[in-house]
Amino acid sequence: MTQLIFVPDDSAALSVGADDVADAILMEIRKRGLDTKLVRTGSRGLFWLEPLVEFGAPGGRIGYGGVTPESVPALFDDPGHRASLGLVEEIPFLKSQQRLTFARCGVTDPLSLEAYQSHGGLKGLRRALQMKPAGIVEEIVQSGLRGRGGAGFPAGIKWRTVAEAQGAQKYVVCNADEGDSGTFADRMLMEGDPFLLIEGMIIAGVAVGADKGFIYLRSEYPHAFAKLSRAVEIARQEGVLGEKILGSPHRFELELRLGAGAYICGEETSLLESLEGRRGQVRPKPPLPALSGLFGKPTVINNVLTLAAAPTILAEGAAFYKDFGMGRSRGTMPVQLAGNVRRGGLIERAFGLSLREIIEDYGGGTNSGRPVRAVQVGGPLGAYWPVSLLDTPFDYETFAEKSGMIGHGGVVVFDDTVDMAEQARFALEFCALESCGKCTPCRIGSTRGAETVDRIMQGENVADNTALVRDLCEVLRDGSLCALGGLTPMPVLSALDHFPEDFAAGRRAPAHNRK
Amino acid sequence: MNKTPNPGFAAEFDPARVREIALRLKDLEGPLLPILHAVSDAFGYVDDRALPIIADMLNLTRAEVHGVVSFYHDFRRQASGRRLVKICRAEACQSMGAMGLIASLEKALGVRLGETSSDREITLEAVYCLGNCALAPAAMIDGQLVGRLDAEKVMQRVRS
Repeated sequence: MTQLIFVPDDSAALSVGADDVADAILMEIRKRGLDTKLVRTGSRGLFWLEPLVEFGAPGGRIGYGGVTPESVPALFDDPGHRASLGLVEEIPFLKSQQRLTFARCGVTDPLSLEAYQSHGGLKGLRRALQMKPAGIVEEIVQSGLRGRGGAGFPAGIKWRTVAEAQGAQKYVVCNADEGDSGTFADRMLMEGDPFLLIEGMIIAGVAVGADKGFIYLRSEYPHAFAKLSRAVEIARQEGVLGEKILGSPHRFELELRLGAGAYICGEETSLLESLEGRRGQVRPKPPLPALSGLFGKPTVINNVLTLAAAPTILAEGAAFYKDFGMGRSRGTMPVQLAGNVRRGGLIERAFGLSLREIIEDYGGGTNSGRPVRAVQVGGPLGAYWPVSLLDTPFDYETFAEKSGMIGHGGVVVFDDTVDMAEQARFALEFCALESCGKCTPCRIGSTRGAETVDRIMQGENVADNTALVRDLCEVLRDGSLCALGGLTPMPVLSALDHFPEDFAAGRRAPAHNRK
Repeated sequence: MNKTPNPGFAAEFDPARVREIALRLKDLEGPLLPILHAVSDAFGYVDDRALPIIADMLNLTRAEVHGVVSFYHDFRRQASGRRLVKICRAEACQSMGAMGLIASLEKALGVRLGETSSDREITLEAVYCLGNCALAPAAMIDGQLVGRLDAEKVMQRVRS
């Protein structure tokens, strides 16, 4: 029997040399005349082990972490060497996960529709095609699925609004503008299991009566763009996209669009403006995009992970999905552990996992070996928390109660060398850089805020300037149309509240984040 | 696609080529960004002389097209240096020392962040998240993502 060897073709794995490792493996296979095939997969999301090479074996795949081209011959020479990580599925980081959305990622060839189907793919769509559209919407409502982009709005309610809206033309738009630092789940999924996203979008289209979809992908992800483009082509050739999907009366077309380096375009109305070919300026709501979205038509706009959850819900039923989670946060959340952490990667688990379990049990503490001092959850607009809040469970409502948010699920760890005044300043600087300019507090207040934090850091009228920053944060929060201006106060105020010592007078000479 | 050609080249401006690109893409729904990306790929930047041509073909004002070009970080108005280093300056990379790394690169390369060397050999730019946050610090060097970066690794690549 042909032996299989698996090497990820995922950006992160490539960034530490996976292609060179794959070349070395191919050379070794040829040199030894083996009946062995190399399969390129997505990543398992165990990034500290990349490039992670897996050898197929009767009992399961055996993994080798941190492989270099030089170490490849030894993997073939010495079967003992092969035991270095043991069975990949038994690695504790992976074994304890509940992978629904990421079940195939890192396992199968992402561009093999055959492998996709033999691992449960298209089951959800096939079931959806047997159902009435309203029944599909109801299944999503019942599952309790909430938007994974950050806002956590119930996906089923959004779909129902679009389904009930009047209009001959409706759209499904996938928000793949994953701009939050500390997040990479969308990228991993698009590179590692692109058919799942395509399947989710078709299900959404059938459910709401839309026959056209767009994926708006950030330009910082060229590899994901290449993978998705290829997957869309294959889906079209195989009758999964186009007229008469899988032989049903439904049609659905999909187009891929590249963003152009604007963080604000992750905001849904700004994204729609950008798709229409304009500056990515935020639109006031109402009207809701569900009623008047892309080109003024009723539009479902969801994050990658939201749409990618739909096939599982349709395949296994709403009750199955709803069984995972806590409170009003149902299903699984792909948490992305990043920054200064020993074992960074993707952790898909039911909601309710505590930050401490994520950082200590999964992450193994900081990469530098120093104590953890701060954790930012939910991207650049998320709160900075001290270790005293680490027992907070991952849940939309619990995080909100403590003035934080889970956002898109990114967790960034900082050790005790972090200067929280610098981080607060950076949040304001980032807001200034990425503001679309529509709302004055965000456009101008962000710059003035960064300047004021500078003064605090230099020990200038610390009490007055701190009061000014807090006041400015209130104006930003209340006077901005979207989350960029509205939530920039979260990292700033949380830094002030939890780490006041870093803002103390005359604490340091003015050394800056600034270029 | 992950081995994108070096973005640092600049093709000579050719209005016929702009027209050809715009003609090919103008019937897309919302064609302006795809056209600007294609022009940018073809020339290495978006030349000012391309704007009236695109505006004319899409029945937009020049101001509208200028507004869009100037809004997005991706559409550079002149070609980058021959080598392009986009280094991530976002939080996850900061937690792994990105700010210090940037400072040492500015010194080693003799060019400040956001600038191109006078011999047009290298451009050093900031980027905010490349989705490689578990292998920080990260950079995109000539279109290739690199993780677990240090100054030495960058210098090795740009001098190769």
